[in-house]
Order: sequence, then C-alpha cells, then structure tokens
Amino acid sequence: MDLTRRDTLALGAGAVALTVLPFRVNAAGEEAIAAFTGGADVAEGGVTLDAPEIAENGNTVPIGVSAEGASAIMLLAMGNPTPGVATFTYGELAGSTTASTRIRLAGTQDVVAIAKMADGSFAKATKNVKVTIGGCGG
Amino acid sequence: MISRRDFLQVSMAASALVGASGFGNWARLAAQQSLTQDQLLQFDTFGNVSLIHITDIHAQLKPIYFREPEVNIGVGNNKGAVPHVTGADFRKLYGIADGSPSHYALTYNDFSSLAQAYGKVGGLDRVATVINAIRADRPDAILLDGGDTWHGSYTCYQTQGQDMVNVMNALKPDAMTFHWEFTLGSDRVREIVGDLPFAALGQNIFDAEWDEPAEDFAPYQFFERGGAKIAVIGQAFPYMPIANPGWMFPEYSFGIRDEHMQSMVDEVRGQGADLVVVLSHNGFDVDKKMAGVVTGIDVILSGHTHDALPEPVLVGDTIIVASGSNGKFVSRVDLDVRDGRMMGFRHKLIPIFSDVIAPDAEVAALIDDQRAPFKAELEEVIGQTDSLLYRRGNFNGSWDDLICDALLSEREADIAMSPGVRWGPSLIPGDDITREDIWNVTSMTYGKAYRSEMTGEFIKVILEDVADNIFNPDPYYQQGGDMVRIGGMGYRIDISKPQGERISDMTLLKTGEAIDPAKNYVVAGWASVNEGTEGPQIWDVVESHVRKLGTVTVAPNNSVVVEGL
Repeated sequence: MDLTRRDTLALGAGAVALTVLPFRVNAAGEEAIAAFTGGADVAEGGVTLDAPEIAENGNTVPIGVSAEGASAIMLLAMGNPTPGVATFTYGELAGSTTASTRIRLAGTQDVVAIAKMADGSFAKATKNVKVTIGGCGG
Repeated sequence: MISRRDFLQVSMAASALVGASGFGNWARLAAQQSLTQDQLLQFDTFGNVSLIHITDIHAQLKPIYFREPEVNIGVGNNKGAVPHVTGADFRKLYGIADGSPSHYALTYNDFSSLAQAYGKVGGLDRVATVINAIRADRPDAILLDGGDTWHGSYTCYQTQGQDMVNVMNALKPDAMTFHWEFTLGSDRVREIVGDLPFAALGQNIFDAEWDEPAEDFAPYQFFERGGAKIAVIGQAFPYMPIANPGWMFPEYSFGIRDEHMQSMVDEVRGQGADLVVVLSHNGFDVDKKMAGVVTGIDVILSGHTHDALPEPVLVGDTIIVASGSNGKFVSRVDLDVRDGRMMGFRHKLIPIFSDVIAPDAEVAALIDDQRAPFKAELEEVIGQTDSLLYRRGNFNGSWDDLICDALLSEREADIAMSPGVRWGPSLIPGDDITREDIWNVTSMTYGKAYRSEMTGEFIKVILEDVADNIFNPDPYYQQGGDMVRIGGMGYRIDISKPQGERISDMTLLKTGEAIDPAKNYVVAGWASVNEGTEGPQIWDVVESHVRKLGTVTVAPNNSVVVEGL
C-alpha cells in the first residue's frame, strides 16, 4: 500500500499546485511579451504553434513553432512560475524559420509563440495545453 | 449542374428511407413475431464499393445483453445533438415505434422486459453470418475493425488477446486500429501485430522519443475495389497514455494530430485515391470536430464512445458512421465512387439479434475452441441478481454501484471509486451471475484494487479532472469515457461550469456529513494508471462480495445531482 499511497500523495501535491497556480495569468508572461515587442501591436495568424491538446506527460511536452519570414520567435508557457521558455533567432540566410523543443508545464495553461517578422511587425499563436491526472478511458 | 453536396443530400434522404422502412417493418414484423434474418440483412446493393464496420467488441465472443445509455449529455456545440439523444427522444428522432426491436436495440427504456422478448445480441458467430451475407452481395467488401477488440473478457485476459485474434482472423478483416489493445503491453502488441494477416493502422501512433510516426504501424492502406482506389487511414485512440497506463507502452505517443491527418489525406489523394476512409477510434464528438477541420475525408467509421446511430451524420462532405459496441451491431455502407470522388451512399446499421441471425457453424466451433480450456471457470455461478445490472451512462450504473459496494465492504473503505469505462454487458433480473459475467465488467491488465488515504480536497480534484474530460465544451479535450463512479459519497455537478467549479456538496453518505477538504478519507478503487499499484484483483473483490450476498439487489442510486443541462 505504501507505494500507492505515496504516488497518490505526490500526485495530490502536483494537482493541488495545478489548481492554485496556472489560472491566474502570470504577470511575468505579459511583461516578457511587452519587452519583446516593445509594446507594438501583435497580430493573430502567421505563426504555427504545434502542441498537444492534452499533454501525455506534463514534464516533457513536445512543442513546435514556425513562422515564415520571422527574424525571431519567442516561446512562453504563460502559467509557469518562469514563463519564458526560449527565443529562437534566425539570420537572413536561414533555410527555414522553425524550431521544436520539449517544455515542462506546471499545469493546464496557454502556450504562446510570438514571432518578430523581418519588417518589424509581430504575430502570435496561442494554444491551451491541458495537464491532467488521467484515468478512465472508455 | 448538380453539386457533390446535392448528391450527398439526395442519398442521405435515400438512406433515411432505407432506415425508416426497415424500422417501420421491424415493428410490424415483431408484432407478428416473424422478424427474420433476411429482413435484418435486406439491402439493395448500391454503387461499386461496400464497407463493413465493426468496433469496440471488447472481446465479447458470445451473445450478451447491452443496455444503451439513459444519460448521455452533449456539451458545447454538441448539446442535444446525436449521439447525445436517448430514450423516447431518440425513438422520436428516428421514427422508431415503442416496443419494437429497434426500441430494444437502440434505447434503454423497458430494457429488462424487452430483453426477455427479443433475447441477447451479438456473438461473433452471428457477426460472421452477416459479414458472409454482405460478401455474397459484394465479394470484395472491405471489413474494418475499429479496435477495442483484444480486451474485455476472462478468456481474452487469460490468453493475452489470442482468443480474439484467432476468431477475428477467421472473419478476415482488411484493416484495424487500436486502443485497449495497448494495455496488453507494447511487446505483446508488437508480437500480435507482426503476424496479423491484415493492416494495423494508426496515423497518430508516434515514437515517443523522436515524435515521429512509429514504424510498427502504417498510417494508411490502399485497396482497389470496384474499379476505384480506396485509401483507409487509421486513427488510434488519441489519449492512450493519459486514459490508460502509459508505462505499459512507453515507446509510443498518440494525440489527435489533425495536421498530420490532413497531410496523410493530401498524400493519399496525391497518390490517386478516389475515396478516403478514416477508421477512427477518436470518439464521436472528436470525429465530428475533426471532419470539420480536415478536408478531403469521405467517410469516418467512428468508434470509442460506443454510440450506435441508425443514420450517418453529415459534416460538410464527410459522412460519420457509428456502429455501437460489444458485437451488438455491424454497419454496412455501400458507396458510389466514380471520377475520383464519392457520388452517393446507402447505409444500414444491422443489429445482431442472436435469436434471429443463425450462427456461422465454422466460427461458432472456433469460439468454442477458445473457451474450452476455461469452460468450468467461466460457467461457475457466483450468485444471482434481482436487479438489472448495466454500466453505460454518464454517471453511476447499477453494475458500478455493485462494484463500489464490493470495494466499500471488502476493503473497508469510506469511499469507493470505479472507472467510467463504457464497456461491460448487462444482466437482467433473474439472471445467474457467473464468473464470466464479473470478468466482462472488470477484466483488464491493471485491475488491482488499491486502498489509500486521500484528502477531501484531492477527491474533489479527481472529480473535477475527470468531469472536464467529459464535459469540456471542446471535444478535442474530451477523452471519451464516462464520469468516475463513486460509492459512499454523494455530490452535485454543474456540467456548464469550467473545471474547478463543477463539483459541490460532496457528502459522506454513511454519516451525512460534508466532506472536509483537509481531512483524510480511506478510498478504495481500481484501474489506477500508476505503476506499482498494489491490492487484490477487482474481479476477486467483486466475486467475494457477490458470493456473500448470494442474490444481488441494487437500490436506485440518487447520490449524484446533475445540473447545468
């Protein structure tokens, strides 16, 4: 029984953190976006953000981003204690402006990708990724 | 010029006619007690291609009873839409007469008395007869198995799925996709798949390490039929490592992956596919959403959520066919495929009334062979039931109430949890409860019954989490199960609220006191997805409980109050 109970308690701690943390949008995320864009308008569209709807494992969630014509793409996990994940920069001779990585998510939250285009404009894509305790498949 | 959409709508009307006349006739014929196999199979062969779909058999080789759900709530855009229509509303929608065979096959009301009148359903020997009859009309019909085939019975557990593999191979499917099969463990799945005489498909089965398509499963398979080139793309259950124990198949990753689905559709179209069929284990609402996101799919054969629909649902130019579960139905879909596209269809959901459809002798003998080594164990009578025992429905079913009572009593717990799976046949009042019957509603490779302490707060987190897997308004966030069943505790649920706000009024039934978030409660449950769970197997817990009771009577359960409908 000890194993089960320990698992359950560990799970419980994670799940409780999940209910407390992520639903308040972390101000640090908005600040990071403002610093990246310098307060400029950010358009929707033009950025492809590939992420699962429900994470199979919240500790390592595969994320892909691409934006044609981008000079940089910033990736944020808005509900994490430290929202900034990475900023990918591309030179003029870059063959493709894509990146993929794996990130850790503290709980269900929005993952955001913001692309800085070569002309200085900004575009973004958002995807809600659910981190669940699972069970009960039909 | 008549557009493709017009063609589809014309043929939809024709399909409705076939359905309506079939349904009307059944009622009359039943009254005359003259329902025959020929009438169940009657079908005017149409077009140049036939698809045969069966799904979610859950290892039910023999005829069973299966009560369709009373409560099946749709949310978001699917509120009030099929398959979230039940009972009298369902019969009204499809013009089904009260008391008719279709009433018995497709809705829950008066189940016990109609079950006595019309008998058991399913049995793969009867399914074989239906498939053979369709192949007599159309020798090159494509038989597609939507998965959840190698799971769900005593013999399937004991043989690690081999009984089902042997019998299904005799039916000669052309392709299959997967869900519970993976709970046999990935080594066993690869062992079986390596020898399958048909295609094992899943465009969304990926290698977990590299996030690339897994080499063990093809994304699609081509078939040349009736002068047309047909691509069948597989879609396995998307949430396998979340809804089931991921540690049993750690090499694989799943997900809906609708962008990859689009690229597969484009790829097969580029290779000259005249017809694109998706053999799916997404669940109905996910398929409906996917049909609106991915362009170029003609037919989705939908599984996982165990819905049985007498007509296809049309989304854009895509038809979605839902063929029930537990061997209770087979769908036949005839298609007119010409000039690189689907010009029309005719469809029939064929109910497998086991007393009306003759068993195929060869397959019947093969089924007996699979069961012979276990005959004594299967047939041992453990008790009797005075109550209708069923599971399907969004909240508690009477089988689950019995299982939760067994957990509370045998494991001395305050609260019991039983998973909201959708499989498990029914028993009617007066039936014996055999060991096979208990295994039919409990068998799985992770069935150990844990006993653990949980705080009131954590119990609420679990309920909120599972509720969001059913009632999230976006189908892509739904996992296709029902609500976790609770014994020893009542609660109120408002399905219209977001996660974290749905559950309230949690009450410990034995004292009538409100659940204290900070207090620890002893919880017994089964089907934990955590590795290393300890405890007796759930079927042993239930068997011991039923043996003590002798005759089972399950009182009506009013401990869950549902709001926000």
